[in-house]
Amino acid sequence: MADASVIETGHEADFGDYVALLKPRVMSLVVFTALVGLLVAPVSVNPVIGFASILFIAIGGGASGALNMWWDADIDAVMKRTQGRPVPSGRVTGNNAMIFGLWLSVIAVLMLGLTANYLAAGLLAFTIFFYAVVYTMWLKRSTPQNIVIGGAAGAFPPMIGWAVATGSVGIESILMFALIFMWTPPHFWALALFMNQDYSKAGVPMLTVTHGKRVTRNHILVYTIALVPFALAIAFTSIGGPLYFAVSLVLNALFLKGAYDIWKRQEEQAETDNYATERKVFRISLYYLFLHFALLLVEATVKGFGYNMAAWPQWI
Amino acid sequence: MSGTDSKISDRRKRNNIMIGIVLFSFVGLVFAITVAKMMAGQNMEAFDHAVRPALEQAE
Repeated sequence: MADASVIETGHEADFGDYVALLKPRVMSLVVFTALVGLLVAPVSVNPVIGFASILFIAIGGGASGALNMWWDADIDAVMKRTQGRPVPSGRVTGNNAMIFGLWLSVIAVLMLGLTANYLAAGLLAFTIFFYAVVYTMWLKRSTPQNIVIGGAAGAFPPMIGWAVATGSVGIESILMFALIFMWTPPHFWALALFMNQDYSKAGVPMLTVTHGKRVTRNHILVYTIALVPFALAIAFTSIGGPLYFAVSLVLNALFLKGAYDIWKRQEEQAETDNYATERKVFRISLYYLFLHFALLLVEATVKGFGYNMAAWPQWI
Repeated sequence: MSGTDSKISDRRKRNNIMIGIVLFSFVGLVFAITVAKMMAGQNMEAFDHAVRPALEQAE
């Protein structure tokens, strides 16, 4: 009897376990960047439609998180950081996580299509596919470039938000995509430098495991340099402005300096101070992304109040 | 009822209430979306396997 087995094993999923399947912390980033994409767009959106759209984007992102946890339960069980997740800890069965993820994906995409438009819904569907299938099922276990290409999944939300408002894809939304896309590798590799043990135990081919930390340090520097032009280019589009440009200059200088410091360091130095520089750069990278998007919001608000700097060049 | 039984039924009750809240919120949200779309004057008709003159005029 179902009841008897529940008492024997002591496992029965709580509502909170299903919420945990949606990866609420990742979701908060999705909500934030999608909201910025929606609000900076030149078309205003009815608040109810805007709220519902962001909610469905968040649910779609959460659904891909549930699918990821279903597929990666074996990896999650080995890594300290992820051992307590609902599937590896046995509170939710893998099968239930899969069904939950699939249904939420369908609901989120359909509802976004009905609420906003089918371009936004299509982009959301592609994002879920990309994260669950291309990243989780394929790249994550097969190539050390996994997070480079997988980062695209995290980069789509502002583009979806923009599509909700405008019904199209613009140079602005492509640059917002590029900003997150280029930012992801140095961000995660900085994390991987001081989390190395976990990844090697789980057999995930992180760059640090397959090619060593020296190569990872080189990669961080190269990708950070490649990121800078995309971040600065946004300043000269319709959504940028002097405020964004000024702060972006500082943030990029900080991030570049951090990447240079990581590149310059020898492994022995890093071990002596327990990866202090790597941890610091990881923290800087979080502020870097958050502040860039926050500033786009500030620029939009300032323009909304009619303070438009006519002399500011809009080259892109 | 033993202590374990009542603890489990308490937990189930809490879970059911949460699911209830989520479902009712969803219904409320769909209603709000409908109202918002109608107030914006959008066409509420869609393909229905029959000729709909209003749809053709809209295009």
